[in-house]
Amino acid sequence: MLCDNCKERDAIINLTQVEHDSKVTLHLCEQCAQQKGVETGGAILKSPLGNFLGAVVKGGGGGTAGALVSASGDGLRCPACGSTLRDFRDSGRLGCDQCYVSFDTHLRDLLRRLHGSSQHVGERYDLPGKGGDGGAGDDPDQRSRLLELKAQLRRAVEGENFELAAELRDRIRVLE
Amino acid sequence: MDLSLLPDGGMRWLDASGPKSTIVLSTRIRLARNVRGIPFSQRAKDADRTAVLERVSDAAASSDHLGSAVAFHLDQMERPERQVLHERHLVSKELAGLERESRPRPGAALLVQDQVGVMVNEEDHLRLHGMWSGFDLEDAYAEVETVDAELGRLVPFAFHPEFGYLTSCPTNAGTGLRASVLIHLPGLVLTKEINKVLQGLSQVGLTFRGLYGEGSEVVGNFFQLSNQTTLGKTEDELIDHLGKIVRQVVEYEEQARDVLLRTAPEEVEDKTWRAYGLLKHARRLSFEETMNLLSGVRLGVGLKLLPGPGVYTLNKLLIYTQPAHLAAMDGRSTGDRELPTVRAAFVRRLLEAESS
Repeated sequence: MLCDNCKERDAIINLTQVEHDSKVTLHLCEQCAQQKGVETGGAILKSPLGNFLGAVVKGGGGGTAGALVSASGDGLRCPACGSTLRDFRDSGRLGCDQCYVSFDTHLRDLLRRLHGSSQHVGERYDLPGKGGDGGAGDDPDQRSRLLELKAQLRRAVEGENFELAAELRDRIRVLE
Repeated sequence: MDLSLLPDGGMRWLDASGPKSTIVLSTRIRLARNVRGIPFSQRAKDADRTAVLERVSDAAASSDHLGSAVAFHLDQMERPERQVLHERHLVSKELAGLERESRPRPGAALLVQDQVGVMVNEEDHLRLHGMWSGFDLEDAYAEVETVDAELGRLVPFAFHPEFGYLTSCPTNAGTGLRASVLIHLPGLVLTKEINKVLQGLSQVGLTFRGLYGEGSEVVGNFFQLSNQTTLGKTEDELIDHLGKIVRQVVEYEEQARDVLLRTAPEEVEDKTWRAYGLLKHARRLSFEETMNLLSGVRLGVGLKLLPGPGVYTLNKLLIYTQPAHLAAMDGRSTGDRELPTVRAAFVRRLLEAESS
């Protein structure tokens, strides 16, 4: 059978994809399959385990997510925790929840590459004390927001981000 | 720390009571959550870590589902005890601090009640997890989700309207959900179809790992299949999708076993009996050999080529023949060169006691 893509070489791989619950099978040659990102030539399992029950396979993965972010924003620093985009590129770990706001354009791009989307469509979450969208003036909620702002202020000062610190101080005053 | 405080040793899933439990050993659900406003583990100071543990412990104490949880403070436990928890799949290698010499940092803890556990100060502040017997994604998710909802009402989680639950590594962001099944696929390995199946998984957004999750090797033909992405789909969609594919893989495995029985019945029967014979009579067994022999016996039991032992016994052997468990039972150190002898004696004893 000829490859469905190039119609020149023999098809050696059947690629079955599920899209919107319908199954599409493509018959591809090795070159076209590789172009479509299919691992060929037993890249996952080197030998198909001739001896009885002796499977030893390395799990998938390898490399950190951080390495997928471009170096262009390396100097960016999260004002809340002080970590830089460079730190993330090196370690693959973000410093705090505010990093998602501080590096948002870079992360949005990364999330799309990792997950195919950056928009959460799963379960919504309301902070404690918030019933739906109201909740203003709710005591426990306000207390925890205040504590959080104070922690952010401390870190902003530690990170010598005085602009943010001033803004946080104002917000704390309003709440107090 | 007394592990006997844990009913069923924290491993009710071993009892093989769940659906398809000869092929699917267990179903695991994990949710990653972080406390709003506290630095993630990468940047957390000891004081931050202790603050996280305090908040989670307080919330757990006043909750319905973790109100009588047993708490393990890993930084106060000796290495062999931490390793036992890891061998039971209750804590990750990372949280148990098994990858380095020093003790885990303050705040590293595990709370367990019934079949749900919370790892505190792992890569994320909270890693909620539950393990169920057999192939049972819906029940496992429902229970872990209930605990998550309860904790989320008491502790403010880091959440973003666009990105969902915020996690230390963006590969977990969104739902924070990793659903996985531990599945035994000797038929596909023996018929050499396993490559195709594993390659197919990555085409449909799933991934596979070894017995202990990320970075672990596949031994004894036990594979952990799980979702790779966590964002852009609802929790139900992720679980349904994994469920659909696992059902297919189970079908392929059953077909492969039929092929084996049709094309090489004597060889298969011989190999499963040999595996059983070795387990019953060997005087020294390495961990890896034990896993491979258990795989052979499990196949034989599944194909009704062997009269026993029961799947529950086989599951127990998977856990209790690991180094820290043997060492704890026998008062030895895990590096002891006598461990293979201790292992073989334990296997013989258990098989004798529980064979019908």
